[in-house]
Amino acid sequence: MDGGEPMTEDSWTVAGRVFRSRLIVGTGKYKDYAINAAAAEAAGAEIVTVALRRVNLSDSSQPLLSDFVRPDRFTYLPNTAGCFTGEEAVRTLRLAREAGGWDLVKLEVLSRTAHLLPDMEETLRALKMLVAEGFQVMVYCTDDPVFAVKLEEAGAAAIMPAAAPIGSGLGVQNKLNLHFIIEQAKVPVLVDAGVGVASHAAEAMEMGCDAVLMNTAIAEARDPIRMARAMKHAVIAGREAFLAGRMPKRLYAEPSSPMSGLI
Amino acid sequence: MLSLTVNGETRRFQAPLDVAGLVTQLELDPRKVAIERNLAIVPRSAYGATRLEEGDRIEIVTFVGGG
Repeated sequence: MDGGEPMTEDSWTVAGRVFRSRLIVGTGKYKDYAINAAAAEAAGAEIVTVALRRVNLSDSSQPLLSDFVRPDRFTYLPNTAGCFTGEEAVRTLRLAREAGGWDLVKLEVLSRTAHLLPDMEETLRALKMLVAEGFQVMVYCTDDPVFAVKLEEAGAAAIMPAAAPIGSGLGVQNKLNLHFIIEQAKVPVLVDAGVGVASHAAEAMEMGCDAVLMNTAIAEARDPIRMARAMKHAVIAGREAFLAGRMPKRLYAEPSSPMSGLI
Repeated sequence: MLSLTVNGETRRFQAPLDVAGLVTQLELDPRKVAIERNLAIVPRSAYGATRLEEGDRIEIVTFVGGG
């Protein structure tokens, strides 16, 4: 064998926890929890995002996420979807901590808009409240490098800029900003939201992201399990390409075959 | 009788009732839920010791699929 670290030695760390998979998958929008669990397995995911909602009191026999996507198999990353203020986020994540004992959480405080991009002023306020309560907070954010620094200074465990609006499937819209965020961050940077196809995930990883978080791209694929597998390979390919170091860009051709010894 | 608001619905129960009894009556698995009483978390270890009062607002939540 020539060259290259074995992939198994490549890991990343968030809030002191070490993970080998760089693909975090959501658990929303699937046809059912069984397909959801199979897709999470096919993705090779170690972390899945989950939401917290009222139990169905009229039918306690309804299937539960935790019976399919098992918390002893996957690290649950509770989110704050549906929260628009810091107080709502803190209330939700206190309950999540009680439900599962997790202090590693995903903060998302969205704007009430069609694009659902994060309300960064409220996100930063919520982050400070959660850090004060001992949570380890992975923060969904806009791709603003200046705000990314503020989040990190406030104690974010990871910076998670949107590639594009949630569920849009458009891929990385602002490569320059993402580059700045990756370059300056001392905590992991994950692209969260906006990935649609495998090449989007590979591109984010090639740029040096630590991991990618996605939901709709897999859940809404015609074959979610196959797409989960594609995303797994894309993330690995992008990561390996990043570690390998790309060739220089040139404006003009550079022949691959020798120009000497021509007949 | 005891009137409680559970997940936004008004429900009536036989008094006295503690949180552990409420979980049993609602046929819930206590390992899979978290409970808030009047906006304060009730730790699982305190279910048996937490007596419910008339008008208490109870939220019982669990994990569901999300992104």
